[in-house]
Amino acid sequence: MQIYLPIAEVVVNPVTLIGLGGVVGLMSGLFGVGGGFLITPLLFFIGIPPPIAVATGANQVVASSVSGVLAHVKRRTVDFRMGGVLLAGGLVGSWLGVLVFNMLQRLGQVDLAVQLCYVVFLGLIGLMMLQESLRALSRSRQPSAPRRRLHEHMWVHRWPLKMKFRSSGLYISVIPPLLVGLAVGVLAAIMGVGGGFIMVPAMIYLLGMPTKVVIGTSLFQITFVTAFTTLMHAVSYNTVDIMLAVLLILGGVIGAQIGTTLGARLRAEQLRILLALLVLAVCGKLALDLFLTPEDAYSITTGVR
Amino acid sequence: MPGRRRLRHVPAVALALLLVAGLPLVAQQQQQVDRPGDGAQVYPDPGQPPVVVPENQAEAPEKVVAGLSHDAVSITTSFDGSDILIYGAVKRETPIPEGDPLQVIVTVEGPAQPLTIWHKQRRVGIWVNTERVEIGAAPSFYAVASTGPLDRILLPEWDSRHRISIPLAMRSFAGPVEVADTVPFTQALIRLREGSGTYRLDEGSVTLTEQTLFRANVTLPANLIEGDYRTRIFLLRDGRVVDVYRAPIEVRKVGLERWLYRLAFDWPLIYGLMSLAVAVVAGWGASTAFRLLRRG
Repeated sequence: MQIYLPIAEVVVNPVTLIGLGGVVGLMSGLFGVGGGFLITPLLFFIGIPPPIAVATGANQVVASSVSGVLAHVKRRTVDFRMGGVLLAGGLVGSWLGVLVFNMLQRLGQVDLAVQLCYVVFLGLIGLMMLQESLRALSRSRQPSAPRRRLHEHMWVHRWPLKMKFRSSGLYISVIPPLLVGLAVGVLAAIMGVGGGFIMVPAMIYLLGMPTKVVIGTSLFQITFVTAFTTLMHAVSYNTVDIMLAVLLILGGVIGAQIGTTLGARLRAEQLRILLALLVLAVCGKLALDLFLTPEDAYSITTGVR
Repeated sequence: MPGRRRLRHVPAVALALLLVAGLPLVAQQQQQVDRPGDGAQVYPDPGQPPVVVPENQAEAPEKVVAGLSHDAVSITTSFDGSDILIYGAVKRETPIPEGDPLQVIVTVEGPAQPLTIWHKQRRVGIWVNTERVEIGAAPSFYAVASTGPLDRILLPEWDSRHRISIPLAMRSFAGPVEVADTVPFTQALIRLREGSGTYRLDEGSVTLTEQTLFRANVTLPANLIEGDYRTRIFLLRDGRVVDVYRAPIEVRKVGLERWLYRLAFDWPLIYGLMSLAVAVVAGWGASTAFRLLRRG
């Protein structure tokens, strides 16, 4: 069975799309990442034009994050105050990011910049997480080892404008979370993703938030940032394909629920090792594309400058 | 005064001469204007010198009469391509001429789009798009069906005049060309599009019986773009085009496809909010459904 997508103007197999959405939804529920960094390249791969893949991917991320965040709200693992601060930074950041994106586009090397961004960030974060979670795992196997503190106070936490984040058990300055939100927003706009895979480690390692609330809070922020992005794309470029989105969402919401249930059963260290491996796998694939000789040195994109 | 009268004719004669001399030029220009997508600034292909071919002098002794199995294609949600049967006959008042048999070429062309062809090269170890060629108008779909190999039945000058073969289907470059040699780029475009099935050359797929009745079957792929497609049928004698028949095929989205498409372009804000609503409702619905499932 095949289905014709009205905006993308291509024919696709709906089963493939539902499956794709399901896998990405699973990731979303498990790790609290929106899955944008997976869905967008996968859509390119099955022949969806890049602008439509980016915009519709954002729409799909909205659905899976809403589904995920509701499950987390029920379990009281969302720090709304922290989420709000991150969101404020994120919206400003994505606005800035769009400006940077347009500038890169005028210079003519936006594809390369995006790919390099992916490889560098995914590589760094993947390695960092893998190393840290492996260390945590080996520590937990040795009962004699000293227990890790609930969270560590770093010098950035002592900046002014302190605020109490009760759900996270933190009393820190609002400036670091604002900056994290801002940076993630910029990168999210340039890379066309929600930014969860950058924000989750940033929340754990920079803000010192407990892993338990990190995922729900990150999903909360992603929901709003991607909703904003979807609307921007639909209004200014008409690149959201609702038929494509519905198919992806159908798989995605189910995957997200399964992921959240699974995530509650797995241990935090194991979860983080899995996410680290996933991030490294995507990074490796993108790096190979940069370094290996392409099948055809030529490629076609519709439209001219 | 006879001398005066003769003088008065001079401007008229000069004008007639000028007209005759200018005729091929006008024909060439019309051919250019005929190309779709000429809204942008278009530059002629520097690799292709213009070829001037004299117009048909007399009324063609052989003419095409043709029909299409359908002149409109509706894109529905379950659309997966369409077969178009193009059939017809050759009308002639005189007996079938001696010499090489009649040949037929059928082309179907989709709406033109501007596009960019990129070339990747290795720079500091990584593959980067380094060069590009921008094409002002290239058909989104192009199929050529014929009674025999094109190089045997069609003379190059007639090919370039009617732009029949695939390389000639897209000719105009958009903006100044920045690369030294455009040939590898246009070759790559044809290679990639032939690979994906959007450009097709089916030599020998037109059947012609008794030099009079012909039929061709052209398959429109599932990945169709909305717009006006045009069909051309060429009759050829000794490599020369003796008659052309043109017919349009209207490709339109219908039903849900049409409604969504119009909404996305005419009411983008409502469309965007609708997309978001679908996402939120689906997310919330799944969350609730699973909670009930777990409880039950």
